Amino acid sequence: MSASREDGRVSASLEDGRVSGLLDRPRAGGPAPATPLLAVEDLAAWYGHSHILQGLSLEVRPDEIVTLVGRNGAGKTTTLKTIMGLVAKRAGRVTFAGADILHRPPHERFHRGLAYVPEERRIVPGLTVEENLRLGILAARGARATRRDEARRIEAIAETFPRLKQRLKQEAITMSGGEQQMLAIARALMAEPVMVLLDEPSEGIMPILVEEMFEQFVAMKRAGTTILLVEQNVELALDVSDRVYIVDGGSVVYHAPAAELRADPEIQARYCAV
Amino acid sequence: MSDLTIGGFPLDLLGLQLVTGVALGAIYVLVGIGLSLIFGLMNVVNFAHGAFFMVGAYVGVFLYGYTGSFWLSLVAAPLAMGLLGLAVERVLVRPLYGRGIDDPLLLTFGLSYVMVEGVRIAFGLTGLPFGAPPELRGAVDIGIGYFPLYRLFLIAFSMAVVGALWLFIERTAFGLVIRAGARDPQIVQVLGIEISKVWLAIFGLGCALAGLAGILAAPLQGVTPEMGIPVLAEAFVVTVVGGMGSLAGAVLAGLIVGIVVAMTSLVAPDMTKMAIFALMALVLLVRPRGLLGRAGALG
Repeated sequence: MSASREDGRVSASLEDGRVSGLLDRPRAGGPAPATPLLAVEDLAAWYGHSHILQGLSLEVRPDEIVTLVGRNGAGKTTTLKTIMGLVAKRAGRVTFAGADILHRPPHERFHRGLAYVPEERRIVPGLTVEENLRLGILAARGARATRRDEARRIEAIAETFPRLKQRLKQEAITMSGGEQQMLAIARALMAEPVMVLLDEPSEGIMPILVEEMFEQFVAMKRAGTTILLVEQNVELALDVSDRVYIVDGGSVVYHAPAAELRADPEIQARYCAV
Repeated sequence: MSDLTIGGFPLDLLGLQLVTGVALGAIYVLVGIGLSLIFGLMNVVNFAHGAFFMVGAYVGVFLYGYTGSFWLSLVAAPLAMGLLGLAVERVLVRPLYGRGIDDPLLLTFGLSYVMVEGVRIAFGLTGLPFGAPPELRGAVDIGIGYFPLYRLFLIAFSMAVVGALWLFIERTAFGLVIRAGARDPQIVQVLGIEISKVWLAIFGLGCALAGLAGILAAPLQGVTPEMGIPVLAEAFVVTVVGGMGSLAGAVLAGLIVGIVVAMTSLVAPDMTKMAIFALMALVLLVRPRGLLGRAGALG
């Protein structure tokens, strides 16, 4: 996979990344350090009285795949939910494409190009596969997409996800878990987002489908979609990722290029065991 | 005409009573669908639904007195109730979201009293008589006897409205959002849809349907400030029997309730209320989610 080739560039730019806010150079300027597409600073989130996220910070730069790993309950899913605006009590700063979005409603994130595939997939029962896909682009109508784009996108997505192609008219909830996961990802891609947050996409899915899915992530990255991934399957995640953050106790305890963590089984064992 | 009888009633009479029940059911369907849509999507039990029905009837009757056009009333009553519904959702109901099911329920309960009192102050305590418009008066032979033309119109018109509503929900983009939003409002938001706008529209639509049912019912009984109270109870029976949030369920249950009321009033006129609640109890015993609950939500 192409990840290792990318690592050199990414680790070299890691230092620059810290000051990139000052430089603010456009991406087209070459392989120079890029302004983070998503910057999370000092993020805090609560469920009732439970203080789940306690000052979590991370950055994702354009065209990267960044993975959050960590034990169950470390706060990975909550991080994605908070970035998406789905946790009611939240504080800190989330900047996406230059705008502070932390306290904006979830639908605004969609319109800025941020997509989210939740852990539970959230395929809408009662709707067909095609209707679930249409739901992914409806809101973009008029702004980012026309009615004609809708059919074109469904066709393109069906080509990318051949498993969905034969099932367009089937009630989505009757498909296998893996197929539903493909649909959840496809639905998130319908409106051609700039960045996708993916929560545990491999959970409960046949290994052969998992590999197919991760190949899809690399293809998405190549097509210019930035990815923030939460994944328990650390080995697979490291294969496709540029950088990794380890989350523990609601904040980041370690971050490095994926290659570096791959070469450090001790760190892996300490933080990534389930 | 046949001489067959069932339980002492000629078959023709039973047939006519059945059609009467369908006409009555058509009203229940329209009121029930609105109630069901609002509950299914927003989890709001609209206790003011009967009051919207009543005010819709008054608006229609008032306008008819001014313009002499029943058709204009038929458009204006739902339109006015739709607009009032939009205002009520935006100003009164919206601040209560996220506070459980009780607060909007109590609010709309109180609102229904305000609306009833408002109408009493404006139009008097006794109500207004109202008959079918001249073009819809009279009776037609439907094979088993003569049946009031207005009731036939009521059945046909309501079914046309339900058909249009079904097309709207099944075939349009907004309908897709409605169906998805009823199941998973959060994912709908994540996919870029401003759910509060959807809720606003649904509340308006539900109230418009109540207003339409009100003006359609007016020629059957005239209008009184209290006309919405029994209708609200019947509409609740319809949504519970049909299954909360199910459009097809509301249609099926509305017709069943209408027929049960009509048939009971033939045998034991004092027991119609009891009959529909007995029906509800029976359905709840056999199918706690209602006839088409969840399995066919908004389908």
